[in-house]
Amino acid sequence: MELFELTAHELHAKLDKRETSAEEIVKSVLGRISKTENKVSAFMTINIDEAIIKAKEIDDYIASGKKLTPLTGIPVAIKDNMCTRGILTTASSKILRNYIPPYNATVVEKILQAGAIPIGKTNLDEFAMGSSTENSAYKVTKNPWNLGTVPGGSSGGSAACIAADEAILAFGSDTGGSIRQPASFCGVVGLKPTYGRVSRYGLIAFASSLDQIGPLTKDVTDAAIFLNAMAGHDPKDSTSVDLSVPDYRKSLIDDVKNLKIGVIKELLGEGISSSVKKSILEAAELLKKLGAKVEEVSMPTLKYGVAAYYLLATAEASSNLERYDGVKYGHRSASSDDILAMYYNTRREGFGPEVKRRIMLGTYALSAGYYDAYYLKAQKVRTLIKNDFDKAFSKFDALLSPTAPSPAFKIGEKTDDPLSMYLSDIATIPVNLAGIPAISIPCGFVNDLPVGLQIIGKAFSEEMLFRVAYTYEQNTEWHKRKPKL
Amino acid sequence: MKYEAVIGLEIHAQLLTESKIFCGCSTKFGAAPNTNICPVCTGQPGVLPVLNKKVVEFAIKTGLALKGNIAKHSVFARKNYFYPDLPKNYQISMYELPLVVGGHMDVTVDGKAKHIGITRVHLEEDAGKLVHKGAAGLKGSTGSLVDFNRTGVPLMEIVTEPDIRSPEEAKVFMQELRNLLVYLEVCDGNMEEGSLRCDANVSVRPIGQKELGTKTEVKNMNSFKSVQKALEAEIKRQTDMLESGERIVQETRLFDDTINMTTPMRSKEEAHDYRYFPEPDLVPVEPDRKWVEEIAKTITELPGAKRSRLMKDHGLPELDATVLTDDKALADFFEECLKLYKNAKNLSNWMIGDLTAYMKAKKIGIKEINITPAQFIEMLNLIDKGTISRNSAKAVLVKMLDGGKSVNDVVAESGATQISDEGELLNIISNVMSNNTKSVSDYKIGKEQALFFLMGQVMKATKGRANPEAVKKLLIEALKK
Repeated sequence: MELFELTAHELHAKLDKRETSAEEIVKSVLGRISKTENKVSAFMTINIDEAIIKAKEIDDYIASGKKLTPLTGIPVAIKDNMCTRGILTTASSKILRNYIPPYNATVVEKILQAGAIPIGKTNLDEFAMGSSTENSAYKVTKNPWNLGTVPGGSSGGSAACIAADEAILAFGSDTGGSIRQPASFCGVVGLKPTYGRVSRYGLIAFASSLDQIGPLTKDVTDAAIFLNAMAGHDPKDSTSVDLSVPDYRKSLIDDVKNLKIGVIKELLGEGISSSVKKSILEAAELLKKLGAKVEEVSMPTLKYGVAAYYLLATAEASSNLERYDGVKYGHRSASSDDILAMYYNTRREGFGPEVKRRIMLGTYALSAGYYDAYYLKAQKVRTLIKNDFDKAFSKFDALLSPTAPSPAFKIGEKTDDPLSMYLSDIATIPVNLAGIPAISIPCGFVNDLPVGLQIIGKAFSEEMLFRVAYTYEQNTEWHKRKPKL
Repeated sequence: MKYEAVIGLEIHAQLLTESKIFCGCSTKFGAAPNTNICPVCTGQPGVLPVLNKKVVEFAIKTGLALKGNIAKHSVFARKNYFYPDLPKNYQISMYELPLVVGGHMDVTVDGKAKHIGITRVHLEEDAGKLVHKGAAGLKGSTGSLVDFNRTGVPLMEIVTEPDIRSPEEAKVFMQELRNLLVYLEVCDGNMEEGSLRCDANVSVRPIGQKELGTKTEVKNMNSFKSVQKALEAEIKRQTDMLESGERIVQETRLFDDTINMTTPMRSKEEAHDYRYFPEPDLVPVEPDRKWVEEIAKTITELPGAKRSRLMKDHGLPELDATVLTDDKALADFFEECLKLYKNAKNLSNWMIGDLTAYMKAKKIGIKEINITPAQFIEMLNLIDKGTISRNSAKAVLVKMLDGGKSVNDVVAESGATQISDEGELLNIISNVMSNNTKSVSDYKIGKEQALFFLMGQVMKATKGRANPEAVKKLLIEALKK
């Protein structure tokens, strides 16, 4: 096996035994990128020179006898909506085409402290708005399993680079499914942590009350290791929660005996492809065989999730994106005679159609006379969905659903039909609205395209998710399959 | 028909915290442009605000002093509007759920007590400053620059009920409020520099009518005097319009003190839709009750209470007490002096009189003067002991203030000591008497006026340094012989 094919915990074991070096690992991954990236297009920026320099520093550090963290010497891909000091950060938008942040996001700072090596910045739907990464202003990332299909989105670049072995770990961000849905499409593991578990400082905001950073990895163990490194209270983020972080590796237990698991009825009904439904029911059956108590659960409010989400997320986005005005940084239209024209031209030239669509939706939802009917009403729906989850978790330890209604769709298939694109997040959006954690793991294939199983837990129950996911993974082989590139 | 005005004020006070409201940058005024800035206050992509606890403390302190209710749950919102001095293009400000609800301040206007209700006190961030190249304003300039040093400086907005009925009341209220904020040490109260700003909502209605008239909002009043003048101008404008049957338009107007008039700024139709919604990057402000109690304990004596105490305990007339308490620094100096000196009225006379005159002439405040309360009292003691005369003390004080010198040094240099020595005075008196025999005989035949002439001659001979009481006593004795 080549080094680039390994997981972080496998590479760590080799580094710990001095069987390899950070430089060898980085060069292996860069070699892989040079072979496959022209097919996949996962990256916006690749830090070739910086990564090799950093790897040499890490090797010196290891040689000096210092203790390794699980991330020491591990190449990490960073979604291009997370600020990296001195490294171009575009959020895949033209409006930030030349933006070089003067600071690091907290999660970036944390993995640098842990000795990880940033290997590059990954492509996304502009400002994380989309479900296919086709909304990037720069490039279309392809699904490594079938280059004619999308990798999902918005963390499509991060999911695709993990599936293609172009990075060992990758950061994603998830506002309505942006980690889990691409994880599902690309056959990798993706976790959206509880809102407040991971600092958002330095994550370019899409919808502040929903955004959360999380890991995209090759297996569940790596997800636990990576979450260990990024989780925790950050004084720079008032919404990050001051709760101690458990060692998530300890929750990697191959045992689901007597756990109560609910299968969400409404997410196996209309709009869900029958082959996906079959994979999910088989997964549920396996967990039952392994000793879990599996039952169907009805959550009638979930069907309002997408509607509420597209009011709340767009409302917050319309405000979050006001700062891109050409005054301070990023793109500024060259041809403006006054400030108003500068605003109009800069934003007209800088934002893509989906971003403009969402700014308009959100602006409308917050406007005088419409606020109560839209924004406030959607907040009430959000509360109802939360209540529905609370009720379910009074009975169940975890809930199951498909991550996405179908496997990866064809490039261009849904670009002219935003509504059908929005509905591909029907199973993931309610989780963001409730602020709870969920993980997507590979659970089968349909026409050689991966299917993802979503496991949902109550707030701060990531340990439970890891336990169920790990048990499933240990008793299946899906995660071992690799796309042919 | 007779009309009355209905006025409500919105006051913005810059809080005296070391750092900004949502980041650690300094709030210092006058730094080079764009030096007190960071990723947060320049609205870089990805940054988040973190609330400065001191800012909340200051607003709670103010709320308690205004006898308002400290909300158990208050929420910051986003006020969205595009302007280049606002880096995020939204301002974080409390909206539906302010930190302080209710309260009041009682002021005295023309000897009558006036109760003015407080609607709310809330917190928000200040914007930056635009600098226009090649012109004083936007007009005629070749380009504009933004200075973000002020961006994120904490502002406290105080909104009054429409309880104010005259420009005079508005002015007095503003002065009293300023004193309160300065006493609480939450704001420096400087209207000219903009650390205290005031907008007014003004309407006019026939006396006796219950319904309010259409209001206008008046902005750009940057001194107590201009508050009064702007309101007078706006009330007159509205009254004239009503009298001639015209309809008042709801709008925002700017006061122009060069023409003493308000001019339209924007109409209601042009008003922004700010699309307020709760700020998702901050958690609600829920002050712990114990903390509120601790803050209450830090509130020292407020101007009204101090004024009453100076009158009651030290027998000062109201005017003296008012003048002294209107300036907290002056009051502090006065109280320091009182620790060393008993005669409060004499102290007050000197402070309000010669000392204040000196500061006015030099355009400085009491904090900038060169002498300490102890040095000031040393001088008063020398007058009381008769070592220097009241008259010569005036010049001595100026010399002390000019040079930062003690009274003894000044007196020694100028020889301004009073002559009280009987032997020395008797010599001079006998000289004066032998040179003015006519006056001596006039006195002896009962012309009392002659005594004053002779006293004057003694004073002249001593260049005013003779102790007048001693001279009078010795002269009468000598004339009896």
